Amino acid sequence: MKELKLMKGNEALAEAAIRSGCDAYFGYPITPQSEVLEYLSTYAEQRTGMLVLQAESEVAAINMIYGAGGTGKRVMISSSSPGISLMQEGISYIACAEIPCVIVNVVRGGPGLGTIQPSQGDYFQAVKGGGHGDYKLIVLAPSTVQEMADFVPRAFELAFKYRNPVMILTDGALGQMMEKVELFEPIPRKTNIEPWATVGKPKTRERNILTSLHIEPDKMEQINLHLQAKYKTIQGNEIEYETYKCDDADVILTAYGLVARICKKSADLAREKGIKVGVFRPITLFPFPYKQLSKLSGKIKGILDVEMNAGQMVEDVRLAVEGKIPVEFHGRMGGIVPAPDEILQKIVRMDFFREEKFAGELI
Amino acid sequence: MTEEIIIAGFGGQGVLSLGQTLCYAGVIENKEVSWMPSYGPEMRGGTANCITIISDQKISSPIVTKFDTVIALNQPSLDKFENSVKQNGLLIYEASTIINSPKRTDINVLPVDAANEATKLKNNRVMNMIILGAFLQKKPILKIETILEGLKKVLPDRYHHLLPLNEQALKKGMELAEKVNVVVDI
Repeated sequence: MKELKLMKGNEALAEAAIRSGCDAYFGYPITPQSEVLEYLSTYAEQRTGMLVLQAESEVAAINMIYGAGGTGKRVMISSSSPGISLMQEGISYIACAEIPCVIVNVVRGGPGLGTIQPSQGDYFQAVKGGGHGDYKLIVLAPSTVQEMADFVPRAFELAFKYRNPVMILTDGALGQMMEKVELFEPIPRKTNIEPWATVGKPKTRERNILTSLHIEPDKMEQINLHLQAKYKTIQGNEIEYETYKCDDADVILTAYGLVARICKKSADLAREKGIKVGVFRPITLFPFPYKQLSKLSGKIKGILDVEMNAGQMVEDVRLAVEGKIPVEFHGRMGGIVPAPDEILQKIVRMDFFREEKFAGELI
Repeated sequence: MTEEIIIAGFGGQGVLSLGQTLCYAGVIENKEVSWMPSYGPEMRGGTANCITIISDQKISSPIVTKFDTVIALNQPSLDKFENSVKQNGLLIYEASTIINSPKRTDINVLPVDAANEATKLKNNRVMNMIILGAFLQKKPILKIETILEGLKKVLPDRYHHLLPLNEQALKKGMELAEKVNVVVDI
């Protein structure tokens, strides 16, 4: 019998970390994700011996991840938008030194200290590289509490497969809401030692060095070329996306995370009115499903991209579509979540529908 | 069956736990559930609410703006959400503190004198269970037994001696609702 629980997204994520055999968690409290630290502080150590530490700041926490991750163990950190901004220098170092780790951003409304309500305003920061230099995080975007749990072991798997930091990009609503979760069987903590880990040099090999400082430009370019080749491999192998009622759709809503499921409801509402709407949801934001969306755009008349920001993923949607069909945008900001019927109103007001005779009746 | 509910009131009235009780019971009955609370300064300012959805199908949006049932436990919540009840939907409110009654005629309205009844039961905190009982009498979407099972998960162990009182409160709520001639579709 599978274990069914009713959990908050943040709790599901924390429980999944314990069950993923996570070795260490470092963090600093910030709403709306403080339950992660609270849950882990209460349960983690006694269950698996996992280390849970509240650092003195976000900057300290991310550098603890750099150090602990360098031992080749499974390490995780979580925060919310302003806290993640503080970590950007460390994240860039970690990406360059190729330290596997899982970073969770439970996004809140920005810019600045902003609000504590849900937002998707950190898409650019997560996907395009919020820190300096040419690096990429693998970015996973859950849209249910179930996925808040399931994406944690997936993130660890990807982090070690590519020796790359993986970000779980979620939001305050998914963190705070409760849903049914089916928990996976616990994975034991790691016992093997990674060949690159800095855990003391035996006589049998050269010493391992993990660093992001390479003074020689020639050397640094080689490192960059290696990273870019790795990102290309990731783009080839790891794209994940979900389609909902896209087969016969005239219009596609593109959205990720929480908004994608709201869009599913909008699509159903639209279909009740006789408009064939589907939803295309990227699950990996990097690598982004450009080709898949491009292929789909050959069969439809228009796209409405919906986000909780001023229009960020829509740039990738437009890159994928390459101007073949119109791409319109609807966004709410600062912690406001778009409602299903609000999105429906936006669909019927799309330029594409204005030209149709029945548009007047729909509005 | 999909029941979209918003429960709103002051912090401390048991708004969030009412929604959670429904959700736990829903899980036990193998239904899909979603519970989306208001959180942060909104709650510290006095009003709390949670959107609770119970369904036989997978729940797409956990956030909706029109509800099958609105449960309002104070005047500000009633004022704010009266217009969010779907046509022919159900509006339940705690009547003892309400000065301005709801105006709409295209919905079913069920006032419940829950606070006074709770006082009679000698524990003001079971007010929310009286309301829940009234709701379940009009919309029996979940069994009373599973609601009580769910309540066990919501109440911390140290309050489990209050379970019989909560059951009493649930039944009181059903009794009160039975006397009000409101028939609703589920």
